[in-house]
Amino acid sequence: MAPKLPLHHPVEQSSTANAGGQAAAHPAPRYGIKRWLLTTNHKEIGSLYLIFSLTMFFIGGTFAMVVRAELFQPGLQLVEPEFFNQMTTMHGLIMVFGAIMPSFVGLANWMIPLQIGAPDMALPRLNNFSFWLLPVAFTLLLSTLLMPGGGPNFGWTFYAPLSTTYAPPSTTFFILSLHIAGISSILGAINIIATVLNLRAPGMRMMDMPLFCWTWLITAFLLIAVMPVLAGAVTMMLMDINFGTSFFNAAGGGDPVLFQHLFWFFGHPEVYIMILPAFGIVSAIIPTFSRKRLFGYASMVYATGAIAILSFMVWAHHMFTVGMPLTAELFFMYTTMLIAVPTGVKVFNWVATMFRGSISFEPPMLFALAFVVQFTIGGFSGLMLAISPADFQYHDTYFVVAHFHYVLVPGALFAILAAAYYWLPKWTGHYPNLRLAQWHFWLSVIGVNLTFFPMHFAGLAGMPRRIPDYALQFADFNLASSLGGFLFGASQLLFVWLIIKCVRGGEKAPAKAWEGAEDLEWSVPSPAPLHTFEHPPTFRHESK
Amino acid sequence: MSGGSYYVPATSKWPILGSLALGTMLVGFGMILVHGLNGLMMAAGFVALLTVMGLWFRDVIKESRSGLYDAQMDRSFRQGMAWFIFSEVMFFGAFFGALFYVRTFALPWLDGEGAKGVAALLWPDFTASWPLLDPPGDVSGAREVLSPWQLPLANTLLLVGSSITLTVAHEGLKEGLRQTTRNWLLVTVLMGFTFIALQGVEYYEAYHHYGLTLEAGIYGSTFFLLTGFHGAHVIVGATILTVMLLRILRGHFAAQDHFGFEAACWYWHFVDVVWVGLFLFVYVF
Ligand SMILES: [Cu+2]
Repeated sequence: MAPKLPLHHPVEQSSTANAGGQAAAHPAPRYGIKRWLLTTNHKEIGSLYLIFSLTMFFIGGTFAMVVRAELFQPGLQLVEPEFFNQMTTMHGLIMVFGAIMPSFVGLANWMIPLQIGAPDMALPRLNNFSFWLLPVAFTLLLSTLLMPGGGPNFGWTFYAPLSTTYAPPSTTFFILSLHIAGISSILGAINIIATVLNLRAPGMRMMDMPLFCWTWLITAFLLIAVMPVLAGAVTMMLMDINFGTSFFNAAGGGDPVLFQHLFWFFGHPEVYIMILPAFGIVSAIIPTFSRKRLFGYASMVYATGAIAILSFMVWAHHMFTVGMPLTAELFFMYTTMLIAVPTGVKVFNWVATMFRGSISFEPPMLFALAFVVQFTIGGFSGLMLAISPADFQYHDTYFVVAHFHYVLVPGALFAILAAAYYWLPKWTGHYPNLRLAQWHFWLSVIGVNLTFFPMHFAGLAGMPRRIPDYALQFADFNLASSLGGFLFGASQLLFVWLIIKCVRGGEKAPAKAWEGAEDLEWSVPSPAPLHTFEHPPTFRHESK
Repeated sequence: MSGGSYYVPATSKWPILGSLALGTMLVGFGMILVHGLNGLMMAAGFVALLTVMGLWFRDVIKESRSGLYDAQMDRSFRQGMAWFIFSEVMFFGAFFGALFYVRTFALPWLDGEGAKGVAALLWPDFTASWPLLDPPGDVSGAREVLSPWQLPLANTLLLVGSSITLTVAHEGLKEGLRQTTRNWLLVTVLMGFTFIALQGVEYYEAYHHYGLTLEAGIYGSTFFLLTGFHGAHVIVGATILTVMLLRILRGHFAAQDHFGFEAACWYWHFVDVVWVGLFLFVYVF
């Protein structure tokens, strides 16, 4: 299939009111707090999302540091086991729902309208509502730590009956906060779908869109499909706790395993919600810095769709040891392994894009390259876990922890960092300090691999997850993991410093900040004015 | 695709006030459940939320009626409503999934069926059946099963009928027959509220004559979860239709351009379809 993404600027401004900062037709209060509270502008809301997720990243990261400090050596040193459980739980919840997901939504807010030539998101007020639900939800969630009996302590998967019969009283508030965060996700996803389907510049077909828009479109579909299922599951929890129902109570004819099915029907697509937008980011960055068109654009789109469809048919691979019929074990094993095919297509295409490219190694490219390698490691350990009989050995060990952290930290998070460095010139009008960013990259790579690679070995040797103490034989692995964790955590402070410096000043960036960048967002000035594409540009796709 | 100048609204205070109101309402709900406080905070949040929604929609209606929206905006609203309903389908899907899982797997396994019949060791005397009147553990079940052929059948006729009357009203609007629209919409709204009233009667009977309560094991749990959330959606739907009736009376909506009305219809049909599923799988089979 012939690649359809235009290689050269495809934009024609259809009127004099072009992207360059003409007078805003809908003036926003430009100064003061109200500007941020009441805004309907996709760039401002995008910034709010990004700042919020960065804040949550550091809060969730602090919890992780507590965990790593306790596990620094065997024995119980720093915190009570009950508090340790709250830390592992809150770390997971905050990072998944507060850091990774909102940061992708922030990137979508900023970049999708710019990449498709739209004046804003399709439903701007709803967009603002989606964002402001998040601070409410996470203030409530964090406040559970201070409530009598402590916060959630049952792991981020909150399996019943740990999260019902044996849960602390604050669990009801935890459930309500998840409801609010879920509404935010659903409304945000609806907005993204409506924007992508309805607001593309005239002449831009679906298959002309940058891959980030495609992957987000499919992600948004996943969000709308599974967040309500999570809402349903926690509603049943709420009723079991407060109204005496028996959904997850076998004595009344219910089943705690039902909770696991419901949770993972949400939970597996959820992990793709956290990785598909990352695929889109990497598919933008690798062509730019290889100075080549993306290899296999159409196959990337189809692979993303295939991953999304398969993601609904694999959920019980998280439950191999719970006691399922053999047929189910086999079914979920094979469907899970099938996902390696479209994922392999993607990795192949990224590598093929670089093949014979004129590659340069600016920070966005470094993070994207590290993503490809490290995400593949996470993918392979996922394949190992998919083998049902082998999973009986790995289940609930640090091998699982190593696996999903490889997908989420050196995977998804690295893609987010890559995106930040890639688009910071567009957001601020300045290049980030590239030298310092290289330091950030190398410290992060060393830190992250030192943290998570030894966990594979600890897990294979049998170290259980979510336990504040461990046998002496795991001491060296844990020492390495903790040192790596501290290094990785500390080096993220460098990232904050870099962003602050970049917002304040730095080398001026032109509209097309990176030599090989070809998508529509590089046709508007840097920094992008508050209002862009108020009159839609005409998009010409190349003939042939 | 983008044709003209897409309307981007100015700043608005409703979103942030709405999120605060929703937060207040839910925290208030939690306060009742966890700390046994009274419902004042929840009620305040609820009223605030309704107020904000009213004012927000008022802005949208004003903008729409002053001609700020074009065909592209209309498509955005359609997309938004369609995907919102899809999310609702998945929400009920979780509840139906729970019902099917319990009936097909959990209860037979507790009864010793299947290769992994270890669960049967818990309560060796337990016999699986549906509706489950005799839960395995120390949970007392309902005394009797609700018959589908009395109130539930009447409710089914009411709701399916209301979908038809609503369609008649909608066709009337498209033909410019506003009298027809007004009358049939009124009938639809009345049928909706009658449904809710009958559902109230049924709940009363369930609690007082059948011993079917929230605490009555998995039968009561699934029954009240599914019918309860459905009932809540009927209340919302009937309220939306009432607003549509008021707007019709005020002369809103053109024969060709009335997405607000159409969205209300979509929602009502969705609620109706969910009920048919409920009638079949909660009551009949
Ligand atoms: Cu999974």
